[in-house]
Parts: sequence; structure tokens; C-alpha cells
Amino acid sequence: MVKVTVDGIVVDVPNGSSALQACEAAGKEIPRFCFHERLSVAGNCRMCLVQVVRAPKPVASCGFPVAEGMEILTDTEIVRKARRAVMEFLLINHPLDCPICDQGGECDLQDQAFGYGADHSRYQEAKRAVKDKYLGPLVKTVMTRCIQCTRCIRFATEIAGVPELGAVSRGETMEVTNYVEKALTSELSGNLIDICPVGALTSKPYAFTARPWELKRTDSIDVSDAVGANISLHVRGSAVLRAVPRVNDAVNEEWLADKGRFSVDGLKHRRLDRPWVRVHGKLQAVSWQDAFVAIGRRLDGVPGDRIGAIAGDLCDAESLLALKDLMTALGSPNVDCRQDGAEYDMSHRAYYTFGTTIAGIEDADALLIVGAIPRQEAPVLNARIRKRFLSAGRGGFPIGLIGAPTADPTYKAEVLGEGPDVMAALRDGTHPFAETLKAAKKPMIIVGHGALTRPDARAILASTWALAVEAGAIAAGWNGFNILHRAASRVAGLDLGLVPGKGGRSAAGMMSGGVDVLWLLGADEFHTAQIGPQTFVIYQGHHGDAAAARADVILPGATYAEKSGTYVNTEGRVQRSFRAVMPPGDAREDWRILRAFSEVVGHTLPYDTVEVLRERLATVNPVFRVIGGLDAVDVSALPGPAGGGAVSPAPFRPVFDDYYQTDPICRASPTMGECSRIYVHPRTVAAE
Amino acid sequence: MLQDKDRIFTNLYGQNDWRLAGARQRGDWDGTAEILARGRDAIINEMKGSGLRGRGGAGFPTGVKWSFMPKNSDGRPHYLVINGDESEPGTCKDREILRHEPHKLIESALIASFAMGAHAAYIYIRGEFFNEARHLQIAIDEAYAAGLIGRNAAGSGWDFDFYIHRGAGAYICGEETALLESLEGKKGQPRMKPPFPAAMGLYGCPTTVNNVESIAVSSTILRRGGAWFSALGRPNNAGTKLMAISGHVNTPCVFEEELGVPLKEIIEKHGGGVRGGWDNLLAVIPGGCSVPLLPASICETVLMDYDSLRAERSGLGTACMIVMDKSTDIIKAIARFSQFFKHESCGQCTPCREGTGWMMRVMNRMVEGRAEIEEIDMLEQVTRQVEGHTICALGDAAAWPIQGLIRHFRPVMEERITAYKAAHGGGRITQVPLGIPVAAE
Repeated sequence: MVKVTVDGIVVDVPNGSSALQACEAAGKEIPRFCFHERLSVAGNCRMCLVQVVRAPKPVASCGFPVAEGMEILTDTEIVRKARRAVMEFLLINHPLDCPICDQGGECDLQDQAFGYGADHSRYQEAKRAVKDKYLGPLVKTVMTRCIQCTRCIRFATEIAGVPELGAVSRGETMEVTNYVEKALTSELSGNLIDICPVGALTSKPYAFTARPWELKRTDSIDVSDAVGANISLHVRGSAVLRAVPRVNDAVNEEWLADKGRFSVDGLKHRRLDRPWVRVHGKLQAVSWQDAFVAIGRRLDGVPGDRIGAIAGDLCDAESLLALKDLMTALGSPNVDCRQDGAEYDMSHRAYYTFGTTIAGIEDADALLIVGAIPRQEAPVLNARIRKRFLSAGRGGFPIGLIGAPTADPTYKAEVLGEGPDVMAALRDGTHPFAETLKAAKKPMIIVGHGALTRPDARAILASTWALAVEAGAIAAGWNGFNILHRAASRVAGLDLGLVPGKGGRSAAGMMSGGVDVLWLLGADEFHTAQIGPQTFVIYQGHHGDAAAARADVILPGATYAEKSGTYVNTEGRVQRSFRAVMPPGDAREDWRILRAFSEVVGHTLPYDTVEVLRERLATVNPVFRVIGGLDAVDVSALPGPAGGGAVSPAPFRPVFDDYYQTDPICRASPTMGECSRIYVHPRTVAAE
Repeated sequence: MLQDKDRIFTNLYGQNDWRLAGARQRGDWDGTAEILARGRDAIINEMKGSGLRGRGGAGFPTGVKWSFMPKNSDGRPHYLVINGDESEPGTCKDREILRHEPHKLIESALIASFAMGAHAAYIYIRGEFFNEARHLQIAIDEAYAAGLIGRNAAGSGWDFDFYIHRGAGAYICGEETALLESLEGKKGQPRMKPPFPAAMGLYGCPTTVNNVESIAVSSTILRRGGAWFSALGRPNNAGTKLMAISGHVNTPCVFEEELGVPLKEIIEKHGGGVRGGWDNLLAVIPGGCSVPLLPASICETVLMDYDSLRAERSGLGTACMIVMDKSTDIIKAIARFSQFFKHESCGQCTPCREGTGWMMRVMNRMVEGRAEIEEIDMLEQVTRQVEGHTICALGDAAAWPIQGLIRHFRPVMEERITAYKAAHGGGRITQVPLGIPVAAE
């Protein structure tokens, strides 16, 4: 620690801190544009100049290391003058088009011009204009507004791992560009919008939609993947206009994947806003009462084991539990939250969660990925892997990959093989990567759903655990065994036991004629043709996706934005969202629908309020008592998941082909549709 | 005045053979191994004692700079990087060394590298210096063939390699950290300091960046002794220096001269006098174009060294002076510099990127006189806003010539403005052409 004096306040800061950190420790706010905590230091905006006693000229505090006894002055005439000078320079070529700029109201330049700007311009010459660049369907550019802080370049290069942005030309003519007029190929590109301190990079779908001061902000959780990124939903009236990330260093730092950010326009398209009942083959709009009565009549006389329920990927824990309780009350053991047919061992939570934790990746020193493509399945988590990869230095974080190679993972990863046969070679030590894993002090293994959705999933799971034990990934104080989920509801479903009970049927069994009445709670990720024609399907959900078209009764539910829900991310971290808007039309929160229906069939569920329901959640599984936190679990003595069966040599397949079309919300989103067209299914156009 | 016996660059004009045989005749490569045998500390102390100050313009003591290199390697290699990106307008001294005295440079580079524990030296040569790079490469090949560099260089037991890297014509790459960036293959943009190159330089390794001349003189200094060198010149401004005169003199030339000789004497003796006589002198820019100009009245008395020129609020810079007689439009001359700096600013940091363009545009108007008297003050303020607020010294270099102009030739600027107003009608400059009705506010 070093002692530094900032404006007379003595503070202790760690060795190697910057002057800016010392100033912040002393409670002094230092204006900045180019500096960002999670990016490398550029020191080029010169806004953070401070005076250091005995230094000949003002120094850029963001990159100036502190020394013992240093005296920093942040509020002298010299400093104020320097900042005013920099502000004047930034503004002479800035278009000052705040009234038509989407950044207006949340613009760093605007805010700091309040403090350091002049009331008039002394610049009489012609202003610079810069041609706008094409960065794809998500990021809009107005490059004349750019102040060349290079944050976007550093983000793309360092965090996203796609070095597609750079600066060309020099001096006044320097421009930030991708040079080739091609859409950015990152799943994190939306963060450029947050990171740009001015209105040069703004959201294309959100362009000219609203002003920040018109928006109501509600804390929520991103359900587009299983990372559980903390987001804030910005709402005007009844419409969710955008989603932006909240800072949570344990989960998403301050990043958000493009699917979570830009699929919000899917919340108002193709919505189910009233109950429907199929009469003579045609769906007819009915009242809630009629819909319930229709279901009640159909259920009349059906034995419990001929009723089944499948929960989808976006469900909150509350509705999952209500569904399970309803099925139990109806006497049905047929309940499943694994519509993709994945297999887990649920005897211990460590067997189906991301044990290392996302923040824990930064402590790991070797990584093996089995049947997962983190870049697509969890882009924010992938950024954490890349962060670790960069911080470990060359060779410090070897990464092995088992599975079909896809796009650049954004870090150097050795493809060890395409199928589970490599696992055997790793275990008997014939593969050279086995040595790497053994040599590592804190190795970690990530198993994805490319491995868990296969018939031999249990065998793979058991052998992966065994490998983890042998490699030292399972030890006291270190859990290197990780399941990477891709469905936001999955861990909660497993925690609440939404798997077939004794004699119960799995999702596939229910669909192929195992039940007469099938209740789908937002379950859409399968071909509806799998459901037998005789099965009576109740679809409870929010979007008119494929399964709704097959349904005999449709019960309109609420999206994640329209209910306060509890979600458990892939780490097993329980997080809670809040209601940002009301569900449209007659749609209702899902647990309320289930609760109301239970009364119709005479099995009233014992909760009338969400508080009581949450109390029941905690009773069923105590993990639901802790919101946001995560307790370290010692796994060193666990026997490992049960195996069984032979391993097939077939290569691992990706769990989806199209990152932008994985759930009903993004399939309803025009923005995600366009992304899919541009990134996943580019149409070749004849040269002109 | 420098006597012939104290000259370091005896083949400055290339009359003699610049190759190895000729260089050996002039005393190069004589007893190089003995010099190295004195050891690192002795060499650095000798250099410190010589009082040699950096010849690139900033004037930092060379021996002290060498001593910043870590004494023991932490596993990272050390590097010597020689700055041969001589792009300063009016400056062409390093060029003469490269083409006529290449062996002095190579031998000195070996000694300097040894003194800082480096086994490799890179020279970054300005891209336009084609023949100079060719000469140097031939000299390097000769030296390798003669066993003077390479493994066990000159029989000293020290391994040493010397590489040429040719630049691509950016002025900013003459700034030491931008040079390192460029050498690494990146865009030539100065780095933040600290860390200084001696801690984190080329490829993140300890590096010293020196001007060609600073390195090239060191072999002679070590051969003849630091005391000999420091006896030349004036206290704190020791030694001889390559200088150049260009502009309105009768015989423009590059020459070696002792520091501390009166400027007038230099112009009279080496430059053959100002065109049209001394009284026709308007101003001199003493070092390249990055230092403030000196009006004739100061040129009369000032001495040509670091401290004397600093006292006149100018600087020695590269000591390559530009002489301007009274036919010069001094405002236009400085405006040309402003264009140069605007064109060469790397664009990385705000004050320089935005300020150089602003200054250039105002200067261009000042040339015509299409400005307001108050704008001279505003221009002065803008130069102060740029100066000292940038990552590297290019911002300062862009500001100083204008500050010198305003300091010494403000009446000329005011006169120009008044004349323009008289010719084009008075009133303020306005963005709305005259005669167009403007709505009342």
C-alpha cells in the first residue's frame, strides 16, 4: 500500500494503482472519456488531467502510477484550465447535434460539458465531418460525433475478442472504422453502445425511440441464456424499449449478450393476449373461465398418469413449482423441464451446476470444454474465459476443446477431437493434453449440452467427473466441474425436481403418446409433430410460436418482463427480477394461471400470494432462500454422478445452429430475425 | 571555433572512402575490444563525465540515460534502438552520418549496446533515406564479414547484432515511443510514460532510444576521453555538434561545430553570411521547426547551445537552423509549419489532434489578414491549451513556433489584419455574407 495525498486527503491505495484510482479513493470525481475500468488504459482523451506536486506539467491520472508520498491536486486553476481546454478541443469538431442525438441525456460529453464547457464557441472554422460506418444491424454509427477515445476499439479487441475495429489515418482525419463495411461478428457488439461515451455508436433498433428521462427502469434478469445477466429494462408506457446491463461483477460484470439486449422488441410481437380453445379444429377466442372449463372437462376421468407437463426454457421458478404442485395434485408423475432430452444426475447440486462459478474462471489455470460452444451458448461467460486467457499471459491458460470446431472461440483453443473418444485418451494419459490438465493447479472442465443431450450423456457425465477428479479439478477449496446450461429455467427446474417421478415419463415419452393431456408451460423447442395426434395439448405461454399452433387450449402467460420471477443461473445463483410492464390483454402471470386453474379442478394450490409461493420455494429447496449470493460447496468427497451405458463415438453437435433464434421471444423479434438473416443465413448477392 | 584536431566526423562531406577500409584509416574500429574491456560501469561513467547531451533535440544527458537500463537482466533481453527517423524540417545532420560515417555509428552502437547489456540494436531509418540505408547496410555487411559485429564482436566476447528497419514516412515515428510502436509493426502512436522505455520499451523489454548522432559520437568520446569532450563547448553544453544552415544564406551547409559559438559567427563563417548582408536578416529558427524563432536582434548576440537558447525562450533542437531574410513572409512561413504539424499529428490525443487543425486554420487566415486583432490572443491561448497537455512533445512543437511568432512579430500580424480590413471593408468577419438580410433576434 502507498500513502497518497489527494487535495489534502490522505488515502492508502494498493501499489501500482493509478492516480485516478487514488483520486476516487479520496472521493474525488475525475472526468474521463477514454478511460474505462475494464479496458486497457489509452490515456488519449486528456480529460482526466490532474496536477501532481513537483511534476512539470499536468499528468493524465488514468495512466499515471502512484508513488509513496505523492501529492495530487484535482481542483486547482491549472487543472480546471486544462480540462476546459480539452473540452473546448473536443467540442470544436463535435457536431453539437444533441437535439437529434440518441445519446442525449446519457452522454458523457454532454454531462461534462456542463462542468467544463464554455457558453460559446471560439471556433470559427469549418467543422470536420466523418462518413458513417456500417457495423451491422445492431450498432448505428454517426461518426462525426466520435471523439476518438478508442474505447470501442479496445472493447472489440480485448473483451469481445474480435479485432474488427481500428483507427485509420492520423491527426484530425483519424477515423474509427472497421474498414471493410462488414457487420461486426460479435455476440457482444451491443456493449459498444454502452461503452461509447458520446453518440457515435448508438442502438440501431432503438434509434429515435425515446429519451432516457422518459424511461422507467426496472431491475430484471436476462433469460436468453443461462448466465442470468443482470439487466435493467427501460420502459415507457406499456412498452419495453430496451434492455441494458447492470453491473454485477460475479455474473456479467457490465456486459450483456446481443440476444438479451436486442430481443426485447420480440416482447410486443406475436403475443398471446387472450385464451383460445380449439373447437372443431379451429382456435376460438374465449374467456378465461371457458378455457378453464374446457380443460377441466377434458381432464375429467383421465387418470393422473395419463396427464403430463413439460416446462420450457424461459420459465421462472415460481411457475415451475406451481406446475409441479399442480401435477402432483392431479396425481401425475409426468413432469419434465428438459424438453431437449438432456440427462443429469440430480443427486447433488454440483453435478448439474457451474461449480467453478463465473468469477472463479479468473482463478483457473487450464480449461477443457466438452461439447459446448460458450461463445454462442453464453457469450458473457465466454468473455470471462477470454479475460482469463488474456490475464494469464502466453500459455498461462491452456484451453482444450472437444467438439465440432465452429467459429473462432475468441481465444486460442486446441481442438482435441470431435467426439467423446478423446475423453478416454485424456483419462489414460495417452493424449498430451492430459499432462496439461494434470500440471495445472486449478483446472476446470466445462460440459455443455452438446454432450448432455446425447443418449450416452450419463456415461459422458460420469467419465468427465472421473477425469476431473484425476486431473485435480475436484479438490478441497476448488471445484473445477462445470455444467454450462443454455436454458434460463433449467437449474431452477432441476432444483425443484421437475423431472419424471416414480414411473413417470420424460418429455419424449409424454410426447410420443405416453399421456392423453399434455400441459406445455412455455415449451417450444421441439418439433410439434413429435406430439401424437390424439394428445390434448394445453399451451401456457406468451408467444404464438410453434407449440401454440398445435395447442387445443391456449392460456396466455407473461414474459420475464411482465412478472416478478426467480431465476437460477448456470452457477446455481438464485436471482430475482421485477415486473417492468403489465402482461398484454388478458394474459396473466403464469403461477397465477396455474393457481386459478387448480381451483377449477378442486386441487387448490396452497398459495394466494407470491410471497407465500416463495416461502414454499424455499421449503422445497433451501437454496431459494439466498438471493444473489452463492455459497461455496466442498465437493471433494462426492462420489461423482452415476454412469451407465456405453459411450458412442459420434462427434458432439452444436446445440443450436442459429444463435439469434433460440427461444420464442427472439423468434418474434424483428431485430433478431434480421441478425439471423445477416449473420447466420447470409444471402449471396450477385455482383453488380 | 572548432579546430580540425577536435573534429569527430572527419568524413562528413564524403570526400573519403566511407567503407570499412576508409573508416579504419580515420581511426574507427581501433581498439574497440579494449574499450569494451573497461566494463559497463566505466563506459557509462565516462559518458556521464563527457557531458554529452542528447543530440535529437531534447538534450537529455546521454550517459544518464544509459544508466537507467537495468544492471542485471530479469530474463528479458535489452535493446538499443537508434532513432534515424530524421524528419524534422530543415534538419539533415544524421543523414550525413548514415551515408558518410556509417562505421562510426556501428562501432558506437556496439559500445552503447554493451554498456546497456543489449545484444541487439535496431536502427529506425526514415523511409526516404534510401541511399543512406543502403550505405549503412553495406557497412553492416562489411562489419559482419570482418568479425566486428555478430558473435564475439570485434574479439570482445560480446555478441551483437545490428538491424535496419526502414520507416514509412511519418514524422511522429521520430518520437521515441511512437518509433517503438512502429518498430513493433503497429500504428505509430506515442505511448504513455511512465513506464519509460528503460523499463518497458521494445516488445516490453528494457530499451534505450538514442539519436543517431548521440550514438555516433560515443566511440570517439570513449577513445579520446570524456574530459577531452567536456573541455569543448561551454559548461553543461559540452562538446561538438553537427549543425546545419539552410535558408537565405549564401552557402547552406552541414558542419560540425563546438557548442556555445555565437550564432552570428556561425552564420557568417559557415553559411557565408545572410543573403544581402547581416542587416537583411529577419529571423532565425535555430533548431528544426519545432522551436520558437529568434528575431534578428537576438541573433546578434545569442550563443548556439542548449542553455543560451533556452534563456531566449527558444531551443537548440536539432541545431539545424533556418535563416530567413527580409523577403520572407514570416507569417506564411510559420503557417506552413502549422500545416506540417497538422498533417503529422498522430491523432491519438485530443489537444494535438484538434488543436493543430485549429491553429493551422487560424494561421492560414492570419497570412491573408482575414482575422480580428483579438484572434491573435485567442490563437496564443489555443497554443497554450495544446502545450503541455499531450502525450508526446508534438503538441508542444506545434505550439512553440506560433508562440514565437506572436511574441516577436505581433505588429506584423496586426498590420496584416489592418491592411486586409482596409482593402476588404471593415467590420467583423461574419459567416453571413454582407447584404443578406438577417432576422432580428
